[in-house]
Amino acid sequence: MSDINLEQLSDQILSDIKAIKDKNALEQLRVGTLGKKGSVSALLSTLGKMSPDERKIMGPKINALKQQVAKEIETRQTELKAIELELRLKSEKIDISLPLQPAPTSTGRIHPVSQVIDEISAIFSDMGFSIAEGPDIETDELNFTALNFPPDHPAREMHDTFFFEPDENGERKLLRTHTSPVQIRTMKSQEPPIRVIMPGRTYRCDSDQTHTPMFHQVEGLVIDKSTHIGHLRWVLEEFLKSFFEVDNIKTRFRPSFFPFTEPSMEVDVQCDRSGGEMKIGQGTDWLEILGCGMVHPNVLRNAGLDPDVYQGFAFGMGIDRLAMLKYGMADLRAFFDADVRWMEHYGFRPLDMPTLFGGLSS
Amino acid sequence: MKFTINWLKTHLSTDASNAEIIDTLTMIGLEVEEVIDQAKILENFTIAKVIEAKKHPNADKLQVLLVDDGKGGEPIKVVCGAPNAKTGMMGVFASTGTYIPGADFTLKKGNIRGEESNGMMCSEKELLLSDDHDGIIELPADTPLGVKYVDYMKIDDVMIDVAITPNRGDCASVFGIARDLSATGLGNLKDEPIKAIPASAGETTTSIELRFDDEKEPACPLFAGRLIKNIQNVSSPNWLQQRLRDIGLRPINALVDITNFITYDRGRPLHVFDADKISGTLHARMGKQGEKLEALDNKSYEIDEIMCVIADDSGAIGLGGIMGGTSTSSDENTTNVLLECAWFDPINIAKTGRKTGINSDARYRFERYVDPSSTRDGIELATKLILEICGGEACEIKIAGEKLPSEKIISFPLAEIERLTGLKISYAEIKVILTRLGFWLSGSGEIVKIAVPTWRPDIEQKADIVEEVMRMVGVDKIPVEPLPSLDGVAKKMLTSSQNNRRLARRALATRGLKEAITYSFISQESAKLFGGGDKSLRLANAIANDMSDMRPSLLPSLLRAASRNINRGFADGAIFEVGQIFLDDSEMGQKNYASAIRYGSAKINGAGRHWQSKVEKLDVYDIKADLAAMFDVLGQDIEKAQIIAEPAIWAHPGRSARVQLGPKNILGHFGEIHPSILAKFDLEGPIVAFEANLDALPKPRKKATKSKPPIVLSDLMALKRDFAFVLDKDIEGANIIKAAKNANKAMISQVNIFDVFEGGSLDKDKKSIAIEVIIQPKDKTLTDEEIEIISAAIIKAVEKATGAILRS
Repeated sequence: MSDINLEQLSDQILSDIKAIKDKNALEQLRVGTLGKKGSVSALLSTLGKMSPDERKIMGPKINALKQQVAKEIETRQTELKAIELELRLKSEKIDISLPLQPAPTSTGRIHPVSQVIDEISAIFSDMGFSIAEGPDIETDELNFTALNFPPDHPAREMHDTFFFEPDENGERKLLRTHTSPVQIRTMKSQEPPIRVIMPGRTYRCDSDQTHTPMFHQVEGLVIDKSTHIGHLRWVLEEFLKSFFEVDNIKTRFRPSFFPFTEPSMEVDVQCDRSGGEMKIGQGTDWLEILGCGMVHPNVLRNAGLDPDVYQGFAFGMGIDRLAMLKYGMADLRAFFDADVRWMEHYGFRPLDMPTLFGGLSS
Repeated sequence: MKFTINWLKTHLSTDASNAEIIDTLTMIGLEVEEVIDQAKILENFTIAKVIEAKKHPNADKLQVLLVDDGKGGEPIKVVCGAPNAKTGMMGVFASTGTYIPGADFTLKKGNIRGEESNGMMCSEKELLLSDDHDGIIELPADTPLGVKYVDYMKIDDVMIDVAITPNRGDCASVFGIARDLSATGLGNLKDEPIKAIPASAGETTTSIELRFDDEKEPACPLFAGRLIKNIQNVSSPNWLQQRLRDIGLRPINALVDITNFITYDRGRPLHVFDADKISGTLHARMGKQGEKLEALDNKSYEIDEIMCVIADDSGAIGLGGIMGGTSTSSDENTTNVLLECAWFDPINIAKTGRKTGINSDARYRFERYVDPSSTRDGIELATKLILEICGGEACEIKIAGEKLPSEKIISFPLAEIERLTGLKISYAEIKVILTRLGFWLSGSGEIVKIAVPTWRPDIEQKADIVEEVMRMVGVDKIPVEPLPSLDGVAKKMLTSSQNNRRLARRALATRGLKEAITYSFISQESAKLFGGGDKSLRLANAIANDMSDMRPSLLPSLLRAASRNINRGFADGAIFEVGQIFLDDSEMGQKNYASAIRYGSAKINGAGRHWQSKVEKLDVYDIKADLAAMFDVLGQDIEKAQIIAEPAIWAHPGRSARVQLGPKNILGHFGEIHPSILAKFDLEGPIVAFEANLDALPKPRKKATKSKPPIVLSDLMALKRDFAFVLDKDIEGANIIKAAKNANKAMISQVNIFDVFEGGSLDKDKKSIAIEVIIQPKDKTLTDEEIEIISAAIIKAVEKATGAILRS
């Protein structure tokens, strides 16, 4: 074998390798050159028949060729793999624009009333309150008499009470018209100091845009030996500021009348009604928002507490109304209609959990 | 309660501005609901003369007027429909651009049937002066032309309407309001005593009696009467008419106007009878069933035994303290009147008022308590005004019964004010305030005696006195004080039940369900359908048929909601409610439930058609998954509870189960709604639902430590073995899991069903269930032999428990 032939063979193989376009052909070439019966292997086998001198010269040359061919095949192999991958990736392109099904966490909703109860709870928990509850079906005694509504008093009539049919003893139960019976239940079952809020369903036979036969109220009750109206003002002002998430809020406490508190007051908050939108904590108008007062001595007595020893305040407000004021719903009736569009729009996302550390609302 | 500033100032001398007065009223508890500045509203109306009135060429009932508005311009053409418009008359004119308050529009240039109209001659109603709309206002011929009507009429007053709380009958009078204002220091009360009018005409000859059952407190314990003879029931003088008009009352005649005036001025309702129309003895008594009264509002009322009536020998002639009757009413021909001044029981008045629906000024005051000691003043004041306006001679006052004003003395520790309000205030200040309100204070030192005025039945104890002082000082003067913290970091606020409800809501919402809140009452039919409808839970005064019974389940309302939403075009939905249901009317009968429904194609991964998935029907496992997720959040693994194939009352019998911890501790049900129930709600299925009794969940046990048990992590690989069984269709697949697990509790960590198959080559009543068993070696790798032993035990256990045969 001459140098020239070897060079020709080398040139031929290397140009063949470069020209190969797929990995099977490359393998065939590898077998055809480096395989047992391959052309380069055949050259190697000629070495044995050569003279030592010839071998000395040709040996390294042929081996170099073998190595070069092997290296070039490998390089080509890598190139072909890359090309192949590129082609595969090209072929695997998908339409990336298609929309997902909505995630369950994006379609689930919490009702604004539940959300607002959680908000109120978060605020009052910070002031050391717990939550007290009582049944919706109440006795006349706890809904009225114990709360200092004298029998036959017109104030009872103002409550538009839902009654049940009288039982065999002539006693008729009713649907509580306010959450105040829970005040009596709490005072009877718990030793002062008492700090509770009492959220829940309440009922009055009334129905229009701002009245529904069922609505939600939250009352607060503090009983100890020293709490007075100065504290009441602080608690309510702090609550209103925190609930409406404003830095400052002006309030106006007006003397009023409730059978179960004395002195009694109604509380207005500063608001701005201009532009058809209610903004709390701004402007020059007033909006009545809650009723409150010092627990009436007769109520304390009815609950078994001595009014000369124990004292405290109570307040009550409409949860639905608070929700409407904060979140802008116009019609109370829609709260209880379960229209999926309304729930979607005014409801809250499942993990929007009101806390003081994370904020009441997002 | 309506009054005007000028009227108020007849009882209160003050330099305070109107704004100050209005603001103070609200801040002492007399909430101002409306303020009407009449002079401002009517400032653009002027006095004009009708120069000429001619019939409208194209309309029978209209005239075309030429009006001189006194401004020196051309006569103004006005089309007018008033029948009394005539040439030469003086009246009240509004030019174009004027707002007409009584008609609520702004006057524009008009063309009425071809005739131009550039203004309007006004009626009293259009100026909000009265309801009179029969014709336009006619003024005397010498009325100055071009002058503003408000200046001519001296309308410079501001009307105020305040809300009177039920405890403040004393402020249902201008005098009472003046007294309250005076206690703030805003002005001084003009409290001149009312003089007795000497009786010049002898005895009141009409007999007056109280005829009540002695057993009970009489509904009318005091009835005073006075005969006034030879009067002339003329029109009231201007000042009196004006007072009444200013608060929206229509002057009628002197007698009626005087009683209306005293009602508002003093809070003292009175009644005048035409004495000549009374037959026999005038008396107060309870009504009789079947009696009727033609009342002064021209309506007829049925009387019954709970109502107190004023009667004569002819029967009931008035509803005591509420409204008189027409048969004995005074009119312009009346010459002898009997003035009635009585006291009526507030509760009886309130009851009668509610029953009859009459809202009169007398009822408003009597049901809020009228000062019993005002009887004499009322009758003397009325006599004085009647004699002044109508002439005549007064007879002696005749009285039946008595109502002694209760004398209340309260021992008042001065420290009480600071104790309850935090307000520091001197005795001198307290004394000024209370004295101005009519209280008497005596004594000195820490505790004083306070006598309560007769017009304040609401003042009974110390706290009531505190309120009086606080009102007058102003709540805004009370220093704000932080509520002291009870202990360092606040303790947990919610009970486990409250927390469960809160978490249940959040858990269900994360599953794509929307929270509904529905009414606690539903229709009787729905209640019965869901196991309720007991009489004890039925409202006696429901406002609608579909709100009559307390709900035994949350599902009926959710199904109704689904139906409404579907009818609005939203066919797919998943909604839930966490709320109360009622098993009976006791406190324990009210339970906290969570219920949910899925309808349409609302699966957890979305509803409706989507390129990633086929629309599949909902099945029971969709809702079981929701229930399981909720229970999981609440600490209850549903697979550790018993799931019994006992359908709920509302469910498809073959597609529902009960979840329980034991036969007496039922946590809830899930299933497909029964087709017959769906039909009642006009719905198409399948709709799947669950209801869970949150109160039945085990209460979390108090643990000594929050530390969790140590975790044991095996280094050995778990291995999986699959088995397929053929068994009867009726056999529950869950039994296979249970049996397989029990085959070797130590080694088998998990059993999953990965295939359920029916049909094909299987017999009709057979199914195939394939399970995957995960075997977790504990301390050494298992040999093939050991694995074989476990596998054989599994097969044997399953075959024994279910009758299944291993599929070859």
